[in-house]
Amino acid sequence: MTVVLAGTWQITAARPTWEAVRGAQNPTRVRLRIEGLEKWDSALLLFLFEAQEWCRGTGAYCDLDGLPEKIRRLLAQLAAAHESSVPFDRAANIVTAVGLATQDALNQAQAIVSFIGECTLSAWRLAQCPGKFRWRDCLAEMQQCGAMALPIVSLISFLVGVTFAYTGAIVLRLYGGDIYLADLIGLAMVRETGAMMTAVVLAGRTGAAFAATLGNMRANEEIDALEVVGIPVVQFLVLPRLIALGIMMPLLSLYANALGMVGGMAVALGLLSIPPAAYWIEMLSSVDLSDIATGVIKATAFGLIIGLSGCLRGLQAERSAAGVGRAATSAVVTALLLLVVADAIFAVAFNVLGW
Amino acid sequence: MNAEPPTPVSTPAIEVENLECGYAGNVVLQGVSLTIARGEVFFIIGGSGCGKSTLLRHLVGLNRPTQGSVKFFGQPFSAADPAARRAMLQTFGMLFQSGALWSSLTLRQNVSLPLEEYTALSEREIQELATLKLAQVGLGGFEDYFPAEISGGMKKRAGLARALALDPAIVFFDEPSAGLDPVTSRKLDELILEVRENFGTTIVIVSHELASIFSIADRVVMLDRSHRGIIAEGRPVDLAATSRDPRVTEFLRRTDRPPQ
Repeated sequence: MTVVLAGTWQITAARPTWEAVRGAQNPTRVRLRIEGLEKWDSALLLFLFEAQEWCRGTGAYCDLDGLPEKIRRLLAQLAAAHESSVPFDRAANIVTAVGLATQDALNQAQAIVSFIGECTLSAWRLAQCPGKFRWRDCLAEMQQCGAMALPIVSLISFLVGVTFAYTGAIVLRLYGGDIYLADLIGLAMVRETGAMMTAVVLAGRTGAAFAATLGNMRANEEIDALEVVGIPVVQFLVLPRLIALGIMMPLLSLYANALGMVGGMAVALGLLSIPPAAYWIEMLSSVDLSDIATGVIKATAFGLIIGLSGCLRGLQAERSAAGVGRAATSAVVTALLLLVVADAIFAVAFNVLGW
Repeated sequence: MNAEPPTPVSTPAIEVENLECGYAGNVVLQGVSLTIARGEVFFIIGGSGCGKSTLLRHLVGLNRPTQGSVKFFGQPFSAADPAARRAMLQTFGMLFQSGALWSSLTLRQNVSLPLEEYTALSEREIQELATLKLAQVGLGGFEDYFPAEISGGMKKRAGLARALALDPAIVFFDEPSAGLDPVTSRKLDELILEVRENFGTTIVIVSHELASIFSIADRVVMLDRSHRGIIAEGRPVDLAATSRDPRVTEFLRRTDRPPQ
């Protein structure tokens, strides 16, 4: 059987298959030759390869002598590529996967502890030489993570206060204890929700931004440049961010407390007809300075957790666009996980201390 | 290495007429007109900041020209409707300066993506072609590596494999030799000539690598920052020997000291 190849063969257009050309014939010898070929590309090679493979499978003789040397060379390259064209499966078996995941978790825990230690040492060195601290960067970060976050923190805190008030009113009205709504909202916001909701907002907003910024700097070799020049990366990039969050988180948390109380007050007035003055006096009877202090302590710790998670993940980012994306996601997940763990520890600790 | 002269064909591969390029009202190039023949290895050269990469970005449609037109094989590109533009995009590939590989995909997946997008080939055929293209650029055995796992020169070669995935009629190169050692750079030049020889591909290269310019260029245009356009056009050897413009001779004859 002689097959004459002519005309235009383009990879982006339809091409004949070897099966269609062969039809019902089962030749013992196939001769492939070129005649009047106008334009060709890999589509022609794929067809020739199909024919060659069929011949090899059936034991027919495949005569390629009628093809130009250039095409024969490319065909040989395609045949070689065929041998190694099955993608390597990177998936590991279950035992290996569990082992690797465990090892990864241990490495992550070690990295977090090591990073906290490094930050503490840097802060100590900086305390001995405060002139070296980059206040300008710190102030810029404070503006970014504090003042710029006010609108979203305001909205969320107010609405959380409103939601709590509606939920609380359902139960309290059953027992005629409408006025205690003020105590409920006041304590919930000051001790728990104000700090936690602000932390959740900042973990998504600021923690991810820290990770993306530092990850991008890593990808652009800016962090390598700092190391080569001998500037401590933690001191230059991490501490200004950590201190900014450590200062702004408690302030934002206090602001969130106030907004949550206003939300509760609005519902109390509208739904339960409790005047604001009565609401305020009742709330002051149950919320004292120790409650506010617990919220502020938590908020400070939460701010440091968010900053540490964002900076750590950013510095660990792979040098690629996908790596930066993964770092930002990982920063938020790590921060949320550590926030919940820290909150539980604080709850137990404050209970033991009687605060 | 000897570059074969291109076969003259009536319609040029690329025609640029009176092109004006710029960013945010700032004109970088104006009045740029040039014609590139089919199968030609054409260099766009010039000093840093003269607008070489800007011209390239306008040629491939990454930026829209403020004036003028670009035609591929006689078909207007810059003013084409989206469907015609998409059809024309299949006819050219581009190698970016950094390789610009998609970092979340393996090298094989990077090369496969244009084939999946524009052809009706089976998955197996796509895998084979992707492996072939990678083997042709010397990356056989690295198919399942991610871009982050290979060197800068390998990224560039993988970028070239991706640019060649659809066997394009025109391939654009942005600084292909930047960051490569002389041996790798020469191999890349050989690869470029091989692509032209195999498929008659038109090659447009932005570069200031003199060794490449003199070894593989059929023709060059030289851009100048202060002139905001083309100041010389021709064969590099001729320009170096006969040009009276000191900017051209200083560039092409780097051993000469500029006039004091």
